[in-house]
Amino acid sequence: MMRIALLGFGSVGQGIARAILAKDLNITVTGLADSRSGITDPAGIDLAAALDRKGNGGPCGTPGVSPADVVAKAEYDVLVEVTPTNVETAEPALGHIRGALGRHKHVVTSNKGPIALAYPELRALAEANGVLLKYEATVCGAIPLIHAMQEGLAGNTISRLYGVFNGTCNYILTRMAEDSLTYEQALAEARELGYAEADPTYDVEGIDAAIKLVILANTLLDMQTTLDDVERTGITLLTPDALRLAEDLDCTIRLIGEIVPEAGVLRVSPRIVPKAHPLVVEGTLNAVTVEADLAGELTFIGKGAGSTETASAVIGDLLYIHDRYVQGS
Amino acid sequence: MKLEMKDQPGQLVAALKPISAVGGNIIAVIHQRETSTAAEALDVQIVLELPEGRLETLLELLREQGVSVVRIGEERLLYKCTLIMIGHLMHTDLSDTVDRIDRTGSAEVTELSLAMPAINAPSSARITIRSTTRTEMKKAIRILRGVAEQKKLLIIEPLEDA
Ligand SMILES: NC(=O)c1ccc[n+]([C@@H]2O[C@H](COP(=O)([O-])OP(=O)(O)OC[C@H]3O[C@@H](n4cnc5c(N)ncnc54)[C@H](OP(=O)(O)O)[C@@H]3O)[C@@H](O)[C@H]2O)c1
Repeated sequence: MMRIALLGFGSVGQGIARAILAKDLNITVTGLADSRSGITDPAGIDLAAALDRKGNGGPCGTPGVSPADVVAKAEYDVLVEVTPTNVETAEPALGHIRGALGRHKHVVTSNKGPIALAYPELRALAEANGVLLKYEATVCGAIPLIHAMQEGLAGNTISRLYGVFNGTCNYILTRMAEDSLTYEQALAEARELGYAEADPTYDVEGIDAAIKLVILANTLLDMQTTLDDVERTGITLLTPDALRLAEDLDCTIRLIGEIVPEAGVLRVSPRIVPKAHPLVVEGTLNAVTVEADLAGELTFIGKGAGSTETASAVIGDLLYIHDRYVQGS
Repeated sequence: MKLEMKDQPGQLVAALKPISAVGGNIIAVIHQRETSTAAEALDVQIVLELPEGRLETLLELLREQGVSVVRIGEERLLYKCTLIMIGHLMHTDLSDTVDRIDRTGSAEVTELSLAMPAINAPSSARITIRSTTRTEMKKAIRILRGVAEQKKLLIIEPLEDA
């Protein structure tokens, strides 16, 4: 049995809890916190009850118990950090992760902030404490891209990596192309369906995609980059006319994130792509092509977000750790 | 580009081998009667595409084969790239934008489709550039990026290079 402490009980946190309840994953939650409360129980927290409390608009635990308390005091093998992303400071997640690693606890996170901003430090800290830091869910939700690159493609040199990293933008562009919607109309529709936030800046200006590039570059491609190194253009100025002009050539427009390691290029920008290209996926899907010297070209397609889908990536990381480190405990 | 040589027996075959050896791609072989030369001599023109920086090697190989190249012809606009521009294209002098590419001499705008927008709304255009080499294409796109920044236009580039 593996014990986890779960920080953040929103879309992703609840998705993880529901999967643990529904499936026999051999995982017990011994610590849990949201922004207002926390709870610890070495024998295992009643997740169904916690989900109920949250569903009724209440806190998940006891008000006054902070996430830091859970990190420092709960009995767990792995900290699961799924609180909101902060791209400037990475806090409070960064502090949580440092705290857990310092206690010799493994960490699994879906939070892009700490990985994009402080990976070298956190990785060193994890190594010094003999534990693992895993972050599959930070890039492209359900797609096991990081695992594929770290394990399956381990001996390859990557010459280029590019794709659709943001489902919100992909949805907007799909709708603009399909029904000649204006950008504003497509955005409004995306909001109504819950695909776009009230403030969509982070997605539509390409910041979210850019952070994912930084994570891939720094953690898998031996680069040392920051958000400022990414050449970035969003989709807010796109017109239905532009999509029509692309359509005339059997092409469409997609927001593409691209890394060319050798040239030091990281860029996010709308690009003209032939409609038959494997990266032209519909709706909120993500798709990434990797050009590897031994393996050749590979394209991964899947859901880039969603409660259950993101939980899938977190659970994959948890079971990876379980199989290698926590067995028999 | 275009290579011109005298059509003496065996020369054509001798010329074709080195071209493929350096990764060149033959587009056409044209026989032409040249008025200025002796009536019995034919001129051969080979139109070919050559990877960047291979010309010197090719000429050397041709010399080794005993092929005498009379003239290295004007390069053709072999590379093509189509982009989309969005912004106040008319207000920012579209013909100047096009002209800045054409002025390079080695790249030119060969097609332009403009979608007419509502009054005062940004317009969109599709622009096709042709160039002699890949390097020249990169240069032309760099120029266009510069113009776009200056004129606050959005340039949408293709996923793959020319
Ligand atoms: N949703 C996805 O599909 C997806 C996909 C990939 C990655 N991610 C990443 O995963 C993380 C979680 O996303 P989400 O969609 O689950 O977000 P969410 O629905 O907004 O949930 C965030 C949770 O974190 C809690 N929280 C906020 N501030 C906190 C703090 N200072 N300390 C402790 N808990 C705090 C919130 O508490 P309250 O409940 O009290 O508000 C909430 O429970 C983010 O970093 C996101 O970028 C999400």
